[in-house]
Amino acid sequence: MLSQKTLIRLAPWLVVALFGLLWEGIVVAFNVPEFLFPSVSAVWHSTLDHWDPIMMHATQTFLTTLAGFAIAVVFGLLLGAAVGSSPIIYKALYPLLVGFNSIPKVAFVPVLVVWFGIGTIPAILTAFLISFFPVVVNVATGLATLEPEMEDVLRSLGASRLDILKKVGLPRAMPYFFASLKVAITLAFVGSVISETVASNLGIGYLMMAASSSMDMALVFAGLIVIGIMGVVMYELFALIERKLTGWAHRNPNGAM
Amino acid sequence: MHTCLRPPVSIMDFVRFEDVSLAYQPGSPFAIEDVSLSIRENEFIALVGPSGCGKSTVMKLVTGLKPPSKGYVYVDGREVGGPQKCVGMAFQASNLLPWRTTLQNVMLPMEIVEPYRSTLRTKRAEYEEQARILIKRVGLAGFEDKFPWELSGGMQQRASICRALIHKPRLLMLDEPFGALDAFTREELWCMVRDLWQEEPFTVVLVTHDLREAVFLADTVYVMSKRPGRILARREIDLPRPRDLDVTYSEPFADYVHELREHIGHIRQS
Repeated sequence: MLSQKTLIRLAPWLVVALFGLLWEGIVVAFNVPEFLFPSVSAVWHSTLDHWDPIMMHATQTFLTTLAGFAIAVVFGLLLGAAVGSSPIIYKALYPLLVGFNSIPKVAFVPVLVVWFGIGTIPAILTAFLISFFPVVVNVATGLATLEPEMEDVLRSLGASRLDILKKVGLPRAMPYFFASLKVAITLAFVGSVISETVASNLGIGYLMMAASSSMDMALVFAGLIVIGIMGVVMYELFALIERKLTGWAHRNPNGAM
Repeated sequence: MHTCLRPPVSIMDFVRFEDVSLAYQPGSPFAIEDVSLSIRENEFIALVGPSGCGKSTVMKLVTGLKPPSKGYVYVDGREVGGPQKCVGMAFQASNLLPWRTTLQNVMLPMEIVEPYRSTLRTKRAEYEEQARILIKRVGLAGFEDKFPWELSGGMQQRASICRALIHKPRLLMLDEPFGALDAFTREELWCMVRDLWQEEPFTVVLVTHDLREAVFLADTVYVMSKRPGRILARREIDLPRPRDLDVTYSEPFADYVHELREHIGHIRQS
């Protein structure tokens, strides 16, 4: 018998395996042509056949995404700190931020192409534009929900606004911040791949566009899966960092860490 | 003792309110109105009254977190013109920082208040030793490195009071600090505060709903009215010190509580 714990650890892998089997089964059972919907095994073979170019384009997408994400984190942290610690800035900037976030970023890519040409820079910027918003909102929320009594305690000790931010505000906002990183990194992949499909000759997005124009659906799906895997790996990485750094916010109710 | 050199009474007052009123927004009704009181150095006073009578407003005025709309507030002979640095505060919620251990929480004021702040780097060991001694005095020995969620409500409140006292403030403000605790824990914490205060006296302003708590701990009890808060009665508690918990079952104690209760009763009927 498997213990409950191993079952929980194995569950995600089992689901993925089950999903793959179902996919393979449907394609084989209904005899779906490969140029419409390739089977898992066809995607796997295509991946092996095109291993080097896939790795090259994946590395490009990965680095582009990380660059955009890094800018988003720095920018989001600064803007979030400003928005969260000043009600005036909060009121003043929120409509603009929400409005901007409502714009589909794919609509922004042509503008970036005019400004920066096709290639890596628009992809980095699209990744940045699409992923900074959750960071801003979460950091601002973490700061704005500081208990007024705590602020009184610190102010009555003679703490400056910067002291309060450093000693209480930012540490308290950290769980919110890390939660937003997990969302932001997956969004950053969306941003960079969108930009690559529209305006690049490098990256997984470009690879998929090229493959679909030559009806190589197996390669298109290989690209999709590579993006998915990169997203999951980065998500898990940030989840791990989150647990290490803000364990105090994720404790069990019975007290053990 | 300095009895022979005692200066004029007004200078002896450590905290002094002269006809103080406060409206939180200009034009809105007063939260407190025409409050005058004076607190001697090392006196333990309690403010009692119905909910929303402006007891916490008095705290904000003393600590300089709010300036009065009318009247004057003096602390240590000087008019209050901003947040006071010689004040420690504790509230009903312990407000401990969940990412810090008990010791780190208690050390927080040392990272902010001068002269500790600028000497913290060189004297950290010494200050931590002071914190450990204080933690031991409130009965938390062995819990220095525990996080707040590993402490019971009463223990969190003990740590919170340590944090309020670590920088040796001359004035301790307690805003219903025992309100969320069960009756037995509450009585234990009364004794803890009593002992801390008796061993190394400081001035205390205790805001509470609990008349027994006020009579047990305070030298002087002030009864406040409903909004706008005014001082309706001032009662000195002449029970001998040190007071033991047994005193709460004595007749003079019951008489004090009864008398104060009648004031509150009048307020509620009016």
